[in-house]
Amino acid sequence: MKPVQHKVPGTDTVVQTSRRSFLTAASTGVAGALAPGQAISETLADVPPRAPGAPLGARSERSQYVQLARIPEATPGKRDVNPAFAINSKAPLDKLYGTITPTDLHYERSHAGVPNLDPAKHRLLIHGMTRKSIVLSVDDLKEMPTISRVVFIECTGNGWENWKSADETLTVQNMYGLISTNEWTGVTLQFLLDLVGRDPKSTWMLAEGGDAAGVARSIPMTDEIMSESIVAFAQNGEPIRPAHGFPIRLIIPGHEGNLSIKWLRRLKFGDAPFMTRWETARYTQLQANGRARQFQLHQDVNSVITTPSGMMTIKPGFNLISGLAWSGHGRIDRVELSTDGGKTWKFARLNSPVLAKAQTRFELEWVWDGRPTKIVSRASDEKGNLQPDRDTFIRKTGTNALFHYNAQQPWAIDALGRVRNVLA
Amino acid sequence: MCLPRLALAIALLVSACIVPAFATDFGRPATPEEIKLWDIDVRPDGKGLPAGGGTVAHGKTVYEQNCAVCHGAKGEGGIGDRLVGGQGSLTSDRPVKTIGSYWPYATTLLDYVRRAMPYQAPGSLSVDDDYAVVAYLLALNGILPPEGTLDQESILEIRMPNRDGFVPEPEYRAFLPAR
Repeated sequence: MKPVQHKVPGTDTVVQTSRRSFLTAASTGVAGALAPGQAISETLADVPPRAPGAPLGARSERSQYVQLARIPEATPGKRDVNPAFAINSKAPLDKLYGTITPTDLHYERSHAGVPNLDPAKHRLLIHGMTRKSIVLSVDDLKEMPTISRVVFIECTGNGWENWKSADETLTVQNMYGLISTNEWTGVTLQFLLDLVGRDPKSTWMLAEGGDAAGVARSIPMTDEIMSESIVAFAQNGEPIRPAHGFPIRLIIPGHEGNLSIKWLRRLKFGDAPFMTRWETARYTQLQANGRARQFQLHQDVNSVITTPSGMMTIKPGFNLISGLAWSGHGRIDRVELSTDGGKTWKFARLNSPVLAKAQTRFELEWVWDGRPTKIVSRASDEKGNLQPDRDTFIRKTGTNALFHYNAQQPWAIDALGRVRNVLA
Repeated sequence: MCLPRLALAIALLVSACIVPAFATDFGRPATPEEIKLWDIDVRPDGKGLPAGGGTVAHGKTVYEQNCAVCHGAKGEGGIGDRLVGGQGSLTSDRPVKTIGSYWPYATTLLDYVRRAMPYQAPGSLSVDDDYAVVAYLLALNGILPPEGTLDQESILEIRMPNRDGFVPEPEYRAFLPAR
């Protein structure tokens, strides 16, 4: 099959107004280019007539024409596992729009299954280096002043498939599905700390979950963390779902997902890190010299093109490039796109709203000339952090860190339009 | 829902300036007895260590009854993590991170076993059994002799092989206690 050659117009405006002709040209050049289903309604007469619909229900279900699901997976390289052996479940980034992840598709990482907690019996103990120790019920928390905030949570393992090599059968969901953005509602950590009275000598907070593993992390009491963190009881307007921490969880915007302890039941204040398993044996980043970075807590600036992405096929002519960018340091400042493997870059459009420590949607129109190439995005945040290319990143970090992978993600496109994961 | 509390909450919301002295009305004081039930964390400096102890020999029995099914007969791994070996592998292309090669503190191991293990019934072992199985895992990694023992005093003498293998982020250096 010969690739179709198209002259690339000089501006994006031209691309948008001539989309129809590009599609026509493409379909004449590529045998069987129309996907099944695309030609079903040739004329308006073919559109089914209107008819009375189903009864109104207590809940809205998805259309029968829409299939959306997470993928439960194990460690890198272990896909298609029995869900009983999965350690995380990845959000379908390639099938989502905008920036808010549907609640039932928010990624999940759990260390000992999903506990079934009765909110009437759940308690939060706050103690340690404080003026007093208190026990709060979920109802107590709901009577306090609340705040809501839209933020991403990202597992530090997001992107970990590509540390050593690129499996070309991976989708963006397999590789980047460990991040989601939701609105979280609850009580500020600062309010709770004021309730118990902080000892000025306390510098670290232990947060512990009510799951079987009792997942616990030491959290440095920085101004940023203390002013932005939330003990949340609601997610996208409803009580938090069990997989995400029902009835209450911690939300620490911009930091390792593991710090946002689910099923929260204890906050203890102290004057040193507690050195739990999850901040020593896990979630530390082994560098090439054999030593490990510890308490690398911010999620660094990152981005990925979600359409087109791994295992998709595109046609020559007009293609809308769309993706997500995020930074644990603040707002996304700009996203640049390259459609020639990083030789030249263009600014992508950032869709509103662009919120600090939330995912930002970016888009750019592109006319593919049918020749093999690579497309790649790179994001910068308001603090001036730039997402590194892979060579720069690996030179600094080595390939053993396992967590905190934020190198640029290129997708290779061959002459048949097949989009595949590559390292660089 | 009593009205004064609602009024207080609204006042706090509106003022945005939260005065701790006013916010004393939520929840209830925790009693020392109930705190003890949940206050299980153990720090490397020994804070939180429970009183107790055990032998490597007894730990072998505890391990075989509770741990081997997931972690292998000798800690070589299975459904659960590998626990033994890997020393010298951290700079290789395939590092093997185990208790012996990677974990910096024996206290972390005690804390973890106590809070999270065995997987199906966390917290079901006695404190003495916790110490014993930690002793056995240290012995499997050559850190304690086969006839060794471990208790709340001697655990603080254990120096793990990778104790100095971690570099805290410079960002939080001011938050770390002086060494």
